[in-house]
Amino acid sequence: MTALELKDIHKVFDSGRKNILNGLSLTVAESEFVSIIGPSGSGKTTLFQLIGGLEKPTAGEVWIGGQHTTGSRGHISYMPQQASLMPWRSVSANIELALEIAGVERKTASRQAKEWLDRIGLLEYADEYPHVLSGGMQQRVSFLRALLSPQPLMLLDEPFGALDALTRQQMQQWLMAIWEQNRRSVLLVTHSIEEALLLSDRIIVLSSAPAVILKEIAVPFERPRSAQLWREPLFNELKQSIHELLH
Amino acid sequence: MGNRGWKGLNAIWPSLLLVIILFAVWQLSVDGGLVPEWQLPSPTTIVNEMVEVWPRLMDNSSATIELALIGFVGGALAGFILAAILHLIPLIRKAVYPLLVVSQNVPVIAIGPILTIWLGYGILPKLILVWIVCFFPVSVAILNGFKDTDPTLRNYMQMIGADKWRLFIRLELPNAVTHLFSGLKIAASYSVLSAVVAEWLGADKGLGHYMILSSKGYEPARVFAAVFLIVLLSLALFGLVALIERLVIRWRPVRGAGRT
Repeated sequence: MTALELKDIHKVFDSGRKNILNGLSLTVAESEFVSIIGPSGSGKTTLFQLIGGLEKPTAGEVWIGGQHTTGSRGHISYMPQQASLMPWRSVSANIELALEIAGVERKTASRQAKEWLDRIGLLEYADEYPHVLSGGMQQRVSFLRALLSPQPLMLLDEPFGALDALTRQQMQQWLMAIWEQNRRSVLLVTHSIEEALLLSDRIIVLSSAPAVILKEIAVPFERPRSAQLWREPLFNELKQSIHELLH
Repeated sequence: MGNRGWKGLNAIWPSLLLVIILFAVWQLSVDGGLVPEWQLPSPTTIVNEMVEVWPRLMDNSSATIELALIGFVGGALAGFILAAILHLIPLIRKAVYPLLVVSQNVPVIAIGPILTIWLGYGILPKLILVWIVCFFPVSVAILNGFKDTDPTLRNYMQMIGADKWRLFIRLELPNAVTHLFSGLKIAASYSVLSAVVAEWLGADKGLGHYMILSSKGYEPARVFAAVFLIVLLSLALFGLVALIERLVIRWRPVRGAGRT
């Protein structure tokens, strides 16, 4: 079963004047980590809104988990660039909210939230409000919230874009370690070529609008991956070739 | 007094000092014959008068408190319900909201006599008056609160599949609570004010009624005593709302305490 299948998606805004997506097709297999990389304004936000069901494509179909979901919501879990935790809910209650909306029973949600907060070392913050957490810790909670939601596909929308370089690196390692032990189907949007190479099984390089797929790259590194991946010559070759595609 | 108390004192002492100076100037100008006592009684005269007529003042205060409180709660509740309806049903919002704003240009004191003609001199017409006054700041504040929802949080909720009702209950409503309290604080002050105005228009008890009576009887000290009490009542109700706000909203970060 494929986690996500986009079939020939077209999206046009302003009655034909703005052509954002032009015949985009891609798939994410079950338990596969796929990254999308492209210049700013290549319609990545629009693409996510289409997959999330907030927008309808001008033409084409969205299939999630083997279900035709074009224009309907609730089939994905989501981690945005800003942690987007409700400031009036405790850390644990924020996780529970995401699960509740996904239809998980309250007791189960609460138990899972506590269990996982413990696992990532944030249990002592379970009953605190999010503002006491650092930016990196907030993003960990935000990732956990998406990971625990039962939908068949996780969308990660530049999840570390707002963090400083050092925190960003730590977060990439952290996310990779958790994901390698709990393989969910992931579609990640990022601006960072290194991030895409480190995390993904496959990278899709998009052109600027109207977006078409310039290249699909299968990332050949074995898992579990080392944090020192950037030392390998192949890593740098791939990085350079993606860089050239984008410029 | 804890650390917080000292900080509070630190913040208000300039205005406290100013009030003391103003009262001193007032007292001295009356004592020194600058202003005749029959025109402007001195603060000490007013306080002495207050002590003298204390039981009558209390009787009248309780009537005013009752009117203000019931009006405040009823008005706030109606304001909240109306705001929720306007927010959830856009067509009704488009139809009603402009009228709501325009209606605020009708002076309340002008409606009073009409209400009296229709409903007589009982508590009902006065309640309606207070109710009309209180309900507007509450409904406008909450409506703004609903609208003011953080777009990134809204986008997040929609992405994970929250329907309109969940969006309202889980995001827009809790987000509007801070706005609700700013509306409630305004309504709290207005409620005492409008209760007194309602009593001017026709009542047999209440501080407003007592003011009219004292004014006709040429007792300026008593009028001032009533004014003092009205100010105190207003402040007390405002303080009560602020206290409840503090108990309800506990998620707000203490400035400088959050980590980055």
